[in-house]
Amino acid sequence: MSKQINVALIGNPNTGKTSVFNALTGLNQKVGNYPGITVDKKQGVCKLSRGVKAHILDLPGTYSLNASSLDENVVIELLLNKNDKDYPDVAIIVSDVENLKRNLLLFTQIKDLKIPTILVINMSDLMTRKGISLDIELLETKLHTKIALVSTRKNNGIQELKLLIENYKTISKESCLDISSIDAAYFQSLQKAFPSQDVYKLWLVITQDANFGKITRQELDISKFKTKSNQELKRLQQKEAIKRYQFINSILKEGQTIDRSKATGLRSKLDRLLIHKVWGYVIFFWILLTIFQAIYDWATVPMDLIDTTFASLAEWIKNTFPDGGMVTDLVAEGIVSGIGGIVIFIPQIAFLFLFISILEESGYMSRVVFLMDRIMRRFGLSGKSLVPLISGTACAIPAVMATRNIENWKERLITILVVPFTTCSARLPVYLIIIALVIPDGSIIGLNYQALTLMALYLLGFGMAIFSAYILDRVLKTKHKTFFVVEMPNYKLPLLKNVIITVIEKTKTFVFEAGKIILAISIILWVLASYGPGDKFNNAESYVETTAQTSYERNDQIAAFKLEHSYIGIIGKTIEPLIKPLGYDWKIGIGLVASFAAREVFVGTLATIYSVGSANDGEQIDTIKTKMGNETYADGTKVFTLASGISLLLFYAFAMQCMSTLAIVKRETKSWKWPILQFIGMTAIAYICALIAFQFLK
Amino acid sequence: MHLTIADLKKGEKGIITDSSSKDIPLKLLEMGCLPGNKVHLLQLAPFADPMYLNVNDSFLAIRKETAALIIIKKTDE
Repeated sequence: MSKQINVALIGNPNTGKTSVFNALTGLNQKVGNYPGITVDKKQGVCKLSRGVKAHILDLPGTYSLNASSLDENVVIELLLNKNDKDYPDVAIIVSDVENLKRNLLLFTQIKDLKIPTILVINMSDLMTRKGISLDIELLETKLHTKIALVSTRKNNGIQELKLLIENYKTISKESCLDISSIDAAYFQSLQKAFPSQDVYKLWLVITQDANFGKITRQELDISKFKTKSNQELKRLQQKEAIKRYQFINSILKEGQTIDRSKATGLRSKLDRLLIHKVWGYVIFFWILLTIFQAIYDWATVPMDLIDTTFASLAEWIKNTFPDGGMVTDLVAEGIVSGIGGIVIFIPQIAFLFLFISILEESGYMSRVVFLMDRIMRRFGLSGKSLVPLISGTACAIPAVMATRNIENWKERLITILVVPFTTCSARLPVYLIIIALVIPDGSIIGLNYQALTLMALYLLGFGMAIFSAYILDRVLKTKHKTFFVVEMPNYKLPLLKNVIITVIEKTKTFVFEAGKIILAISIILWVLASYGPGDKFNNAESYVETTAQTSYERNDQIAAFKLEHSYIGIIGKTIEPLIKPLGYDWKIGIGLVASFAAREVFVGTLATIYSVGSANDGEQIDTIKTKMGNETYADGTKVFTLASGISLLLFYAFAMQCMSTLAIVKRETKSWKWPILQFIGMTAIAYICALIAFQFLK
Repeated sequence: MHLTIADLKKGEKGIITDSSSKDIPLKLLEMGCLPGNKVHLLQLAPFADPMYLNVNDSFLAIRKETAALIIIKKTDE
């Protein structure tokens, strides 16, 4: 017989809820999305005895059933809707042994919904060290529940928990608090108005309506019942919280003893150092440097390996499969290099999430938020925006994904929108070649002009990110009132299993979700560059004059001629009037169009267009540089001057030219609206800055 | 003028006497910012904002503007 028990895992953040989830399901889990919102839906399967399976849903961490964020709202929407296919047969409340009092508040709320509830007390291995002892039997009786003492770190108690899940039917459904006791008259009239409904559920719907917004999946129309103002409702909720704590305190007084002298004081010792007014910032800066080093430097080893592997794979396909066929070319140049363009980001993403999940798990991230909040708040950002902004200097893709730690939607959205301004590694090759071309090779007080320009570009990117955040903060309106309450969790050694699962999950998400879009656009670009209308493209050989010395050079010339008359070349010619005021010709235009796929394509495209495509790697930059330097308009004036060079640098600094980032922004914001606005906004800023620079310097 | 959490200095303690201002987020009440509970100001970020507290055995950081809404009386122990 195969039967499935629906289990909902509920608990405060930082209680190790995810560790319990991982312990129950192992790698039998998948991350999806709740329809229409940006909240990850994590579910997994846990095998119990006799072929019974438990379907386990890991709900977002929440401190209470009164939602203050979209994440928390998911919990209440599910628990109020008995018809939801995920509605739990049994709820597991995960609490940690040190914060039992606060964790029990949520527990009493779930109990009052009359759902059978198991209480997991996690981190039980710390009990003796922290001087805590519990009378489990007494707690079980008074709280009308079954308790599992679990230590995910020591792998204790999971079997017992599984047994409790299996026998969930024996668990009492008795509630903890009689909600009517906070205002008898009010609840009496409420019950009278809806005689068939549970009065606590009604109360949740009413307060949720007042505090957060309409509960969408609730069939109950409660709007007619409005006998109290929001202010009065809030007062009742405060009273409810007080009552709940009275109930909890009276039980813990008997069931829990804490010997405070045993407290080790690790927290206060580490806090004194890690959030010190000076050392706190020094340590944080040092940690950032390490992360920066990892994603910028260490990741290049596997990235180069991936790059060469895919290049030789494409080569192999070209040589092995029928020559000249369209399918062969599409596979070799379109699909393989498209997939390569996705896979190449994996090392950076994996490194970044490795560090981030270690920082999260250890409890250090909350300290960073504490340190940075005041500074970042001035710009409409949060303390949590700093890590994404710094990782953006490597690559905007993992940086956008890293914004998930920001609970406040407005602050998170602003961070996502401004992160691509920071100078990512893909801009570097473009900067290097243009700087070499137009910035004179001299120095001032020992500082090289070219190096100074490069540094100025990095600062410019960061400055623009902060500046646009400041503007967005004043422009964007959100309906949710924002506030800032951050729990400062205990310091913990990160669990290797949790870290690894996080890294795998995030990387997988990137590869499959963003990968689809990146692949599609790569193929489109390949088609545009490989085909063209008319005789000039299809019979390029007969149009190119034979001035070349070797067949090698001749092939290059033919390739350049073909590109000029391909669809992408035609696009370049078409947009020429638009980019002329910025000081660019149609060839740079092709570079710009191709750069939309990824900025680093610029150099390669110019290489093809100035027909030096097959020069070997080491000499390439020099050769293109010389060719570009010699490039002139029909009237003999140079194409690359200081004016057009600076204009081009500014354009690359500000323009949104990365489809991978747009794809990930779409994924993270669950709408095309933000990536489109971001694309238009950034490109407009880039255009205007480049225009002003060129017209001024010309 | 009432004394609030924002008036506490590093290391000082107090007992909450009133937290009924409508601008205090419910989440904070539910984490234990309720009349009768003890507050201990553990640490301050530069410019005394945010503030790092222990309230009702929970460790929290809140911004100063919120702390200024929670009325307390000072205690010595």
